[in-house]
Amino acid sequence: MPATRSTPALASSSVGISFTGVEKRFGSFVALRGISMGILPGEFVALLGPNGAGKTTLLRIAALLASPTRGKVQFSNGGSSHPARDLHTKSLLGMVGHNTLLYDELTAAENLALFAQLYGLDDASMRVTTALESCGLGSRARSLVRTFSRGMRQRLSIARALLHAPRLLLLDEPGAGLDRQGLDWLNATLERLRQDGCTVLMSTHARNESLELATRAVVLSAGSVQDDSGPGGDPRSLLAALRAGA
Amino acid sequence: MSAARAAGILLAKELRVEFRTRELLSATIVFALVVVVLFSFAFDPTAAESRRYGPGLLWISFLFAGSLMLNPSFARERTNDTMDALRMAPISPFAILSAKMLANFIFMSLVEVVLVPVFSVLYNVSLSGIVCRLVLVLALGTVGLTVAGTVFSAISSHARLRELLLPLLLLPILTPLLIGAVEATASLFVDQPELDRTWLALLAGFDIVFLTASWLLCDYLIEE
Repeated sequence: MPATRSTPALASSSVGISFTGVEKRFGSFVALRGISMGILPGEFVALLGPNGAGKTTLLRIAALLASPTRGKVQFSNGGSSHPARDLHTKSLLGMVGHNTLLYDELTAAENLALFAQLYGLDDASMRVTTALESCGLGSRARSLVRTFSRGMRQRLSIARALLHAPRLLLLDEPGAGLDRQGLDWLNATLERLRQDGCTVLMSTHARNESLELATRAVVLSAGSVQDDSGPGGDPRSLLAALRAGA
Repeated sequence: MSAARAAGILLAKELRVEFRTRELLSATIVFALVVVVLFSFAFDPTAAESRRYGPGLLWISFLFAGSLMLNPSFARERTNDTMDALRMAPISPFAILSAKMLANFIFMSLVEVVLVPVFSVLYNVSLSGIVCRLVLVLALGTVGLTVAGTVFSAISSHARLRELLLPLLLLPILTPLLIGAVEATASLFVDQPELDRTWLALLAGFDIVFLTASWLLCDYLIEE
């Protein structure tokens, strides 16, 4: 699985994102309580915290899939949190979610081709071929996704998220279901994205080795920011403390 | 990318998935045929009775078949959260909605292509000389059924009891359409068929109102 060819060359401008007093309620349950933080373009932020801390909710708001109940989300390209018509900002975002976001009844190639078309990519067929080869599924391009193992689906899901060369990548436990080979490919891919200056916001747990790539760590607890190594700060001491406590 | 092009791409996806699995079409066609055949055996109608009750029976079959078919339209996008992937794509929400509407219209039309000849044979209703006018009525009625049905399928897909909720929401809303479609069809099943334009106008009006509403409200319909 050659990691260096997983996406086309990235454009130079990364996208940052800022949350100002973001609150999210589901009925009486408060998932996020006034989150305020800014993520600079090119940062690789590890979002940590126990189950139910609000990591997925924050990622969904950043992905324009959910609106905050209160507060504001702004992107450094000028886009804002009202999602429906902000097509330019949408074209800059990529997401790997809890689920694969793939159609089981389409083949691997058909899934990628569908999203390549929806993102208006000119060289769609070449990108699809390259993406499939890079994630190690080139030989299964014509197989239906429903015949794939969990790990293969996860690799394809990551390839789908990277297909349009997003400038802000949102990852929700991207290593879930991956075997050793898949994790190596993921880490190599994330390393390359970091070097290319892509902004990454990744929810994960404290023992994930992809954390070594993070330039910043943010810990959420009960919907609030409990700890933040800050932009330009060293996340290693915070990560070490979390690992010791994990 | 224009909404029309995005809708075309998504429509191709809908057709490919359905013609590969044939889940919706086969279940709906079988269900609609069972309804028509059972009524035929239950009532054993004469030719005059068929002309009188046939249009209602035909449209009720379409309605039940439609509510069966429309429910999975959005619900199956929840399997792998594929709706999230569509919502994140840089396309108009109306493209997503209109692709679903077009796909449902095509699927319902296929059901009707199978069902109407069977109905004609079982109920001894001659279609000669009225085919074009009947196609017009069926097309207008099916547009209304699929547009309204797709809108309510999008609304009910978020609910836990969506299979129950969709018919509860849809059937009352479709009452004017059903009346118009049945009356327009009945005007074709008489000895000297003449299409009643009042009912045709009602069908067209219903279609326009729901198409406009779906266009205006698509952002909210596709939102979480």
